[in-house]
Amino acid sequence: MQKVTMRVQRFNPEKETEPHFESYDVEAEPMDRVLDLLHKVKWYQDPSLALRRSCAHGICGSDAMLINGVNGLACKVLVKDLKQPITVEPIRGLPLIRDLIVDMEPFFAGYKAVMPWLIPDESRMEPERERLQSPEERERFDDTTKCILCAACTTSCPIFWADEEYVGPAAIVNAHRFIFDSRDGGGRERLEILSQKDGAFKCRTVFNCTDACPRGIKVTKAIQEVKRAALYNTT
Amino acid sequence: MGVRYHNYDAVIVGSGGAGLSAALEAGTRCKTAVVSKLYPTRSHTGAAQGGMCAALANVEDDSWEWHAFDTVKGSDFLADQDAVDIMCKEAVDSVLALERWGLPFNRTPEGRIDQRRFGGHTRNHGEAPVKRACYAADRTGHMILQTLFQQCNKAGVEFYNEFFVLDLLLIDGACAGIIAYELATGELHVFRSKTVLFATGGYGKIFKITSNAHTLTGDGPGVIYGKGLPLEDMEFFQFHPTGLYGLGILLSEAARGEGAILRNSDGERFMERYAPTIKDLAPRDMVSRAEFFEIREGRGAGPKKDYILLDLTEVGEEVIEKKLPDITEFARTYLGVDPVKEPVPIVPTAHYAMGGIPTNVQAEVRSDNKDGIVQGLYAAGECACVSVHGANRLGTNSLLDIVVFGRRGGMSMGEFASTHDMPDVPDDIHEATEKKLADLFEGGGPEYSAAIREKLQVEMMDKASVVRTDESLGEMQRILEGLRDRYKECRVRDRNKIFNTELVEHLELGFMLDMAEALVISAKARTESRGGHYREDHTMREDDHWLKHSFISKTADGDTRLAYRDVVMGRYEPVERKY
Repeated sequence: MQKVTMRVQRFNPEKETEPHFESYDVEAEPMDRVLDLLHKVKWYQDPSLALRRSCAHGICGSDAMLINGVNGLACKVLVKDLKQPITVEPIRGLPLIRDLIVDMEPFFAGYKAVMPWLIPDESRMEPERERLQSPEERERFDDTTKCILCAACTTSCPIFWADEEYVGPAAIVNAHRFIFDSRDGGGRERLEILSQKDGAFKCRTVFNCTDACPRGIKVTKAIQEVKRAALYNTT
Repeated sequence: MGVRYHNYDAVIVGSGGAGLSAALEAGTRCKTAVVSKLYPTRSHTGAAQGGMCAALANVEDDSWEWHAFDTVKGSDFLADQDAVDIMCKEAVDSVLALERWGLPFNRTPEGRIDQRRFGGHTRNHGEAPVKRACYAADRTGHMILQTLFQQCNKAGVEFYNEFFVLDLLLIDGACAGIIAYELATGELHVFRSKTVLFATGGYGKIFKITSNAHTLTGDGPGVIYGKGLPLEDMEFFQFHPTGLYGLGILLSEAARGEGAILRNSDGERFMERYAPTIKDLAPRDMVSRAEFFEIREGRGAGPKKDYILLDLTEVGEEVIEKKLPDITEFARTYLGVDPVKEPVPIVPTAHYAMGGIPTNVQAEVRSDNKDGIVQGLYAAGECACVSVHGANRLGTNSLLDIVVFGRRGGMSMGEFASTHDMPDVPDDIHEATEKKLADLFEGGGPEYSAAIREKLQVEMMDKASVVRTDESLGEMQRILEGLRDRYKECRVRDRNKIFNTELVEHLELGFMLDMAEALVISAKARTESRGGHYREDHTMREDDHWLKHSFISKTADGDTRLAYRDVVMGRYEPVERKY
C-alpha cells in the first residue's frame, strides 16, 4: 500500500457557480483502478462525490473521465501507470451536471442522428433462416462493433469541443458499423447525413479519438473510411 | 419534494436484454415506457461473453430436445421441464430474430451463424460436448444489448434513464404502477400503469468476489420481497469457476470451450478426476466446487496457495486473439498476465442468481406457491425465476432466457393492457415513499453504509457461497440481523437533490440485505445438496424430500415464511448427475 494523492474536480450545482478541485489522500496498490480510488473517497471520506459507474471492467462505458489530462475509463486506468497526484475531471464538451457527471443527452442525440440500426437490404429476400454473411464480410466491420458508447472519443475531439453540432466520432463509428455490414441497405442514407455540414467531413484527423478509445477501435480510420465511401460511393 | 405523474399501458423496469426484449414486444402493442437506473447500454447483459445456445445444427448434429435434456440435467433436475421445453424450442427463433435485427454473429465458412462448445451442452444426452453456442467473439452479450438498443431506438421506445425504482403500486392485490426517483432532479415520479415488468437483473454484489456490476443489487426482487410477495429458489446462486483472482471479473467459459485447461499447483488437470467424460467443460457448479476443494486440500497455486490456473497456452495465439480478445485483455490489464504465454490465476466468482421473482411461462408473477398470480405484474431475466435454470444454470442459457422470456413478458403485457382499464391510483400514493426518503435525510450517526456493505460481502463470501453448512448459515443469519440494526441507524450524508448517488447506494444496500436474508434462510432450510447449493453437512441430493422449489416471503410482523412448490416434471426422471 502506498499513499496516493488525488485531485478531483468537484461541482455542486445547488451551491456553486464554478467547479473547483479537492484533494484526497487514499491508500492504494499499484494494480488498483482509478475507480477503486474514487470509491475509497466516496465510501469512506466524502459520500457526496458523484460519479457514474457500473461494471468496473471496461464494458459498460459508464465511467469515462479525464484522468491526468487524458480520456479513459476510470475502471481501466491503473494507479501504476499514472503520475501523481492523480487529477480526475469530467469529460469535456458536454454540459457539466455535478462533480464527474455530465449530461449525456447531446451525445446520444448525435448517435441517434446516424440511424444506428440495421436497415435490411430490400434487394435481398427475407431469409427463412439467417442471412448468409461470409467471415470476410463479417470481419469488414468487426472493429466498430466493439463500441460501448462511453463517449471517450467524442469528448476528446477538439472539433466537438468547439462545435457541439458536430455528430462526433462515436456517431460515425456506429454509422460505420452498419455502412460496411453486407446485410444493410441504409448506407446511402447514412452517408448523406454524414456528408452534411455537421457530419464526417468536420473531422480534421487529430487522432485524439483513436488514442482515447478504451476498446482499441481505430476510430480515425473508421471516420476516413466513411468519408471515402461518401466521396467515391463505395461501401 | 416534487412529484410527477405518468400514464402508461406497460412500464418495464430495467433495460438489459430482458427489459429491452420486452419493450420491443410491448411497444408494438401498447403505450410503453422503460424505466432504468442506468442508460440502457450500461446494463450488465453487455458483460456476457461466450454465447447463446440454440440447436441450429449449423456445425454439428443437434436438436432442441438434447438442449432441453442438458438444461434439465444441468439444473440438477430442479428446472420446470415445461418451461425448459419452451425455452429450448424458442431458442432457434430467438437467435434468428437477433440475426435479422443485425446482430453480428461469427460465421462459418459457408456464411451461417457459427457455433462453439460450452459447459454442460452435449450431443445426444451426454455423449460428448456439442457445438451449440452462437457467438460474436467473446462479446455476445454486448452485441445482444447493442442490437436490442438499436431496435428500440428504431421503434421509438420511450426511455426514462437514470430513474431508480422505489416502490411497486399494488391496489387490491393488482399491479397499478411504480414509484421511481429521478437521479438528475431528486424528484419522485408516479408511473400509473396497467402492467409492470421487472427486469432488473441479478444481485451478485451481496458477495465480495463477483463478476457482477456495482449496480446489481437486487432492486426488483427487493421491491417484490418488501411487498410480502414470495421469492423462489433463493438458495441457488451460481459461482462461475473462472473469475480473475482477487477481482472476480469473468473469463468466459468459452476459453475452455476453445480448449483451455484448469490446473492446480501440481500442474494437474484436476477436472479429469471430477468429471471424467467432459472434464473442464463440466457445469459451473461442479467446476467451482472442484476448485474449492483443490484449494482447501492445499493444491491451490500462488504464494498463498489460494487460486487455480486457467491454462490457455496451448489454445494458440490466433484463436486467443480472434475469438477471445476481450478476456485476454482483462487478464493483461488487471493482472498483468498474458494468457498466450502463461496461465491465468482464477477463482470461483459469484455470477448468477438462479432464484428470483417467481413467474409462470407467460412471465406473470406468482403471488404464492400455488397457482395464484399478481394481476398485471410480470418479471423476466435474471431477477425472475421461471424456473428454467433450477439449481444450476448452464452457460449461455441466461442470454437465451432474457430474450425468450423477455419477449413473452412483453407480449403478455400487450395482451393484458388491451383488455383492462387503467387502474385508479390515489393522489397521495407517493406519501409513504416521500416520508421514507425524508427520514434518510434527517439527523445522522457514525454509520457509513459502505462499511455495512463491505461486511455483508465479506461474510457472505465466507459463509454462504460455494460450500455451506448449517453452522455457517446460522452464523450468517446472526450477522445479518446485526447489519440490519446498523442499517436502520444509517443516514444519507449528502443532502443534495441532483445526482445524489449516496442515496441510491443506501437504498441499494437495503435491497442487498433483503437478498442475503432470503438466500441464507432458504439455504439453511434446504438440508440437501443440489446444483449451486452445496451443504457440506448434507452432501447428497435428496429427491424424496427436496425435489421442490422454495418460496420465501416476509410476513407482516417482519418474520419470514417458507413454502414449497413441486417441480414440473416431464420427459426426464432425476438420475445421478455425472459428466
